[in-house]
Amino acid sequence: MSFLEIDHVSKHFPLREGTTDLAQMTETFCVFQDISLSVEKGEFVTLVGHSGCGKSTLLNILAGFETASEGGMVLDGREVVEPGLDRMVVFQSFALMPWLSAFDNVRIAVKAAYPEWDKSQTDAHTQKYLAMMNLQQAANKKPTFLSGGMRQRVGLARAFAVQPKVLLLDEPFAQIDALTRGVIQDELMRTWEATGTTVFMVTHDVDEAILLSDRIALMSAGPEASLAECVEIDIPRPRRRETIIDLPRYIQLRNEILRFLMHASQVEQD
Amino acid sequence: MNARALFVRDAATAVLTQQAQGKGEGKAPSQDPLLRQSIRKKIYTRGQPWLLSATLLLFFLVAWHLATVRPAFDPTGRTEDELLTMEFNGDIIRTESGIYIHNPDKIQGIPGPLALVKKSVEELSDPFHRKGTNDHGVGYLVFYTVTRFAVGFISASVLAVCIGILIGMSRPLYQALNPFIQLLKPISPLAWMPLLLYSVQDPTWTAILVVFMASLWPTIANTAFGVSSIRKEYIQVARLLQLSWFRRLIMVILPAAAPTIIAGLRISFGSALVAVVPAEMLLGELGLGYLTWIEWNNLDISGVMFAILVVGSVGIVLDSGFNRLARLVTYTE
Repeated sequence: MSFLEIDHVSKHFPLREGTTDLAQMTETFCVFQDISLSVEKGEFVTLVGHSGCGKSTLLNILAGFETASEGGMVLDGREVVEPGLDRMVVFQSFALMPWLSAFDNVRIAVKAAYPEWDKSQTDAHTQKYLAMMNLQQAANKKPTFLSGGMRQRVGLARAFAVQPKVLLLDEPFAQIDALTRGVIQDELMRTWEATGTTVFMVTHDVDEAILLSDRIALMSAGPEASLAECVEIDIPRPRRRETIIDLPRYIQLRNEILRFLMHASQVEQD
Repeated sequence: MNARALFVRDAATAVLTQQAQGKGEGKAPSQDPLLRQSIRKKIYTRGQPWLLSATLLLFFLVAWHLATVRPAFDPTGRTEDELLTMEFNGDIIRTESGIYIHNPDKIQGIPGPLALVKKSVEELSDPFHRKGTNDHGVGYLVFYTVTRFAVGFISASVLAVCIGILIGMSRPLYQALNPFIQLLKPISPLAWMPLLLYSVQDPTWTAILVVFMASLWPTIANTAFGVSSIRKEYIQVARLLQLSWFRRLIMVILPAAAPTIIAGLRISFGSALVAVVPAEMLLGELGLGYLTWIEWNNLDISGVMFAILVVGSVGIVLDSGFNRLARLVTYTE
């Protein structure tokens, strides 16, 4: 069994919320069906698909925020049933506490993960992860006074600082401008290589997925979406944004994935 | 009144000229429009609101004085008998030189600003005296009112925040109790007074409970709303970090709901401050409401005005203290 096993997971939503009619309550809407995926330890796997195919729902089930209608997930030999410190989420909306400084936003997580540490140990660990994300200057600022890019750096520092078994990235760069996005992707890659964390990312940005991932799982369009195929990204590391886009293999992979996504949306329209 | 504004305009021009001459080396002031504009802007925007307040106040005081000032007593056309009756009634007095003037101790109509100033100086020169059971200095009266207000407001706020959190954290409880809160919220706190007085049989506690009732409902309603509408991600982060129920409350829910809770406390604060004065009036409890009422009973209208001013001043001081506290716990998103 792999490090992380997503085993025949399906998700149904009730079609009408809050109804008392029994017939309507049993009417459900299937978001995705029978998804199975294995992730090895230290691997960077990305799920790419159209919006509405349920990729964020799958990530939420993995995080423990939602439950699977069928099937289950096993992380390092333990079934996923509720949120926990072994799976840290980096949110698209950053989800930083606006009343805490950047430092305290990371520190609250470190304290939760390592309650036995004393103050100096906690502070040093927090400082180390802020430095990894180049946040020393922003440490004492509140999130309100930080740009989107800086906020997501804090989000990443918070997630890495807990040293989770798997890091869950939910379209982490969707709200960040393109130039900043590239810089943070580099920082993410460096930190991932330094820490050896397993990463599961969800995105609809194909370039981002190829640059960062070891493997890309492609989801067909919903409803009743399923996992169509897995693409191995065999471009050697370390990868650089500036040079990778000229590689023939990169163009080939990119076209392959885009063709799949276009085909998936055509099927949906038919 | 305009003399002052004119003076400032002159000063502005003087500064402009000086600056332009010093910096521009012989350049005419008009050749540096940006500098002129920025200096003019600085002087006007800094001076204006303050000046406007002072001018308005001055205008009001002068108008008030002119409206209330009485012309000197004119005895022509009155018989000796009429004058004697008026003197007997205390409306006029005869001076040593033998002419009649208005009696300065008998005020007719609305007293002017000078009478108010005289009364204020009189009261404030001895704020901490105690002559008998009811004649206490204004300092003591403020102290009684503020204490009564603080006890009622703080105890109600603590209780209301606790209840609000409990209601806000449970959706069914919120839906079940919300109609009651909405029903109780608009009731004037004074409407509770007869019932409270009958129940506790003690005016001191009744006054405190009126403040308590005034402070309770807005805070409960706002706390419950704030807690129930916290952004989902904050709760998700708290769940990821596996914070215990208590830590989740202290570290995530309370700070996240703080701005909404403060908004509720502010409404409570206002309505409690408004309720405490009439409660004291009606209950005869020593305090600012009592001061207002006793001066009315003495027919000392300048005393009533003085009491109103004291109530306003106490309100301003308490409110600014509250704002300072509120700023500590609120955040911007």
